[in-house]
Amino acid sequence: MTYVKPAFRHPDAPVNELGRTRAEYEGGLSTLCAGCGHDSISAAIIDACFELNIEPHKVAKLSGIGCSSKTPAYFLSGSHSFNSVHGRMPSVATGANLANRELTYIGISGDGDTASIGLGQFAHVVRRNLNMTYIVENNGCYGLTKGQDSATMDTGAKNKKGDINLYSPIDLARLAIEIGATFVGRSFSGDKQQLVPLIKAAISHRGFALLDVISPCVTFNNHGESTKSYEHVRKVNDAMPVDFVPMKEEITATYDSGTTFEVCMHDGSVVRLYKQDNDYDIEDRHAALEATSHYTQEGKILTGLLYIQRDSEELHDQLGTTRRALNSMDENELCPGSRFLDSINAGLR
Amino acid sequence: MQAKQSINDFVIKFANVNGTGSASANGMFAKAIFRMGIPVSPRNIFPSNIQGMPTWYEVRVSQDGYLGRRGGTDIMVCVNPQSMKRDVAEVDPGGYFIYDSTKPLDLRLVRQDIHYIGIPLTEICLREYTDARQRLLFKNVIYVGALSALLNIDFGVLKDLVADQFKGKEKLITPNIYALELGHQYASKHFDCPIGIRLERGHKVAKHIEDFDNILMDGNTAAALGAVYAGATVAAWYPITPSTSVVDAFDKYCRRLRIDPGTGKKNYAIIQAEDELSALGMVIGANWNGARAFTATSGPGMSLMSEFLGLAYFAEIPTVLIDVQRAGPSTGMPTRTQQSDVLMAAYASHGDTKHVLLFPATPAECFSMTVEAFDLAERLQTPIIIMSDLDLGMNEWMSPPLEFDDDYRYDRGKVLSASDLDAMEERFGRYKDVDGDGIPYRTYPGVHPDKGAYFTRGSSRDEYAAYTEDGSEYVRNMDRLLQKFESAKEIVPEPKIKQSELETRYGAVFFGTTASPAYEAIEILEKEGIELDTMRVRAFPFNADVEQFLREHDRIFVVEQNRDGQMRRLLLNETSVPANEKLIPILEYDGLPVTARKIAGMIRNYITHGNVTPLVRRILKEEATA
Repeated sequence: MTYVKPAFRHPDAPVNELGRTRAEYEGGLSTLCAGCGHDSISAAIIDACFELNIEPHKVAKLSGIGCSSKTPAYFLSGSHSFNSVHGRMPSVATGANLANRELTYIGISGDGDTASIGLGQFAHVVRRNLNMTYIVENNGCYGLTKGQDSATMDTGAKNKKGDINLYSPIDLARLAIEIGATFVGRSFSGDKQQLVPLIKAAISHRGFALLDVISPCVTFNNHGESTKSYEHVRKVNDAMPVDFVPMKEEITATYDSGTTFEVCMHDGSVVRLYKQDNDYDIEDRHAALEATSHYTQEGKILTGLLYIQRDSEELHDQLGTTRRALNSMDENELCPGSRFLDSINAGLR
Repeated sequence: MQAKQSINDFVIKFANVNGTGSASANGMFAKAIFRMGIPVSPRNIFPSNIQGMPTWYEVRVSQDGYLGRRGGTDIMVCVNPQSMKRDVAEVDPGGYFIYDSTKPLDLRLVRQDIHYIGIPLTEICLREYTDARQRLLFKNVIYVGALSALLNIDFGVLKDLVADQFKGKEKLITPNIYALELGHQYASKHFDCPIGIRLERGHKVAKHIEDFDNILMDGNTAAALGAVYAGATVAAWYPITPSTSVVDAFDKYCRRLRIDPGTGKKNYAIIQAEDELSALGMVIGANWNGARAFTATSGPGMSLMSEFLGLAYFAEIPTVLIDVQRAGPSTGMPTRTQQSDVLMAAYASHGDTKHVLLFPATPAECFSMTVEAFDLAERLQTPIIIMSDLDLGMNEWMSPPLEFDDDYRYDRGKVLSASDLDAMEERFGRYKDVDGDGIPYRTYPGVHPDKGAYFTRGSSRDEYAAYTEDGSEYVRNMDRLLQKFESAKEIVPEPKIKQSELETRYGAVFFGTTASPAYEAIEILEKEGIELDTMRVRAFPFNADVEQFLREHDRIFVVEQNRDGQMRRLLLNETSVPANEKLIPILEYDGLPVTARKIAGMIRNYITHGNVTPLVRRILKEEATA
């Protein structure tokens, strides 16, 4: 890894529709271990936001505690960011979103932060269908405290010390589908081709979008008997290719009919899936659960867009809150004034 | 035996079974006295249970306007056979025991020194009603009717109250008035009405009530209205007694006042969170993003919120938390009152943390301090904890009317707008002390395309919000937070200090709901020649007035409702006055609101019997110490 970020930018660097270069979506220099999967995910987020023409200041980044939760410092330095407490990012994100529904919310968490200490808050933010993208950078271990097992570690897998995990793993993607998530994807930090369009689709999704991204820990969980190592995941990954076509783009590419199918998102953008042998209807919750379960039993990992419910009510719809940002209202709108108080007093006599 | 005689000055207690509809009848009884222009303070003493357990409702009537508990019981209305034995024992000699005489009284419960008034409530109900539910509910209304004759309650006032209560359900008015009449007639016919203890309209205005423009309301509703008036748009909470009614009331008023007329959509959001951790996390997230947000909880919730309170303190995020205290530790006595969260609230969370506390003593203060809390939170960019309690929050108190100045504008604190950022020549430093008051400037997310973004974190950072493990940067930041706490002293509510008529070196300090009985106790002692200056503390950190009061008195009784003398410890810890020897703890912590007699007794004991604070004895009859 390098310790100095080059300031030089190529004058002809491509710009997006906002006139911004990709570099304007970058963040500070990563302090994670060289080769950490998390850095690839940060790069994929940068690509996705750049390509989606999102204004960086209209994004709020939130995270909990752990290696993964440090990464918001490494992308979108033009966005406000909130590195909260361990396992509690969902509640902070919920409050932030309630205050201002006009921003794009990206939450970054890890398997310890989400599947252990934060499992309760995770489950409830899923249930509430908060409009946010929630990325779990899943490496099956606790990196920042030096390699303890996490709750997503597969049964029978060995940690670096050689201990075998006897506990049953929590599959966050399956759990989320089960309890009502409206967008669930799984990917691999080493598969940028799949990850970038998945992030774009997740950001475009209206409601809660979970991306469970397997992201090997090069220092503590990348050895021969790990099931979250680069080598193992490359071997067992059964990737469903995904393409994301934003709303405004005309779909020009032609494919043989029968090789792709397209899912139209609420804003008119399209997620294109390439037909595989493993086809199932990704809008069918039971089919998605069955497919992921089947792959797990076979020792494989199914990645791609696992499940989507396109027309769902996000939290603001459920609450019936106004379209405007609540944080934009002042006393003229919010304070009932002394006359109403007089009537309250009169009713209490 | 001499029957008690008193006009507009007595304590009556109702012994009921919870879940039988007694609360609304008892409430009507208290409200009728209030409407007659006689000071009244009702209190619910209820179990942590939904149905079938003993519950009590104590009403103090005080011509002088004392609103705290007095101690003692002059009249017991016993509608619950389960608790009859202890209810009989509790009546003061010369007092009255009113009971359901459908079944003859157990002779073992007959005392020679009290009066028995039997009203066959069950028999009347069986005769008049066929429906079991009606028999249950109207029994309560019938005893209120009987009391109206026995105590001389204006029957017209009662009828008006029934009409008010059933507005919109008019067909219930006549049967309720009929039930009142049943009781009234029975009592008039069988007893010499009114009895020696009674009410009379048109007495002089009570000396502790400025005029009778008072309202009768509970502190939780008042706090909720404060949040509405302060412009809170986000509330997140987890159900817990005794704070639940804060958010219930906020919800009620928002449904009425915060619906956008054009779209019918809500200009507010309320979330029932999965736990208190999440509730405070949501509040912090919303405040970070520029909305005014709050939560309400009680002790067990405060424990869970400690983690997030530390974050809000260190990351400097405005937060408003209403702690309606109950008896701890752990689950403690969930439906009983205490002031035992003081130290936890002051120092909640690990590391060096301190929080700003406000101590309301009346519903009017619950309202005004909640409004103020949102300004303080944003001005100081830190949590503000409003320390209410069950007695204040859930009981109805006579209170001056709520007031609001229409010219008042929210103080959102130091927030930079897009144009502020454009006009700035220097680099924006989120944690830079530009003004020397320890309070930095903040920005809301999304404010400006290129400026003002920063990284909020609970980890150590430099003035520009970048992570740092540099010890000197850390110390500078921690010292700035301390400077901010100093700045808070200048803007939090000042204490209320009252000098006694004669000069004295003795003082008493109290706060919140201890104030009412403490002021009364001070007057009791004054009549005995014991003069005390008083200070009602209204906020932490303590300002110079608090220090001066401690400095100027030789013996100071710190009266509070907890075991460990938490306010006393906080005063010792957080003032520069070496006061360990002179601060005398006066403590009551049995879960019932402390009585004036008890406070007077404990202070008297200390003064007259040497410097020993008596152990609090667990006895039913509080007068023994008086």
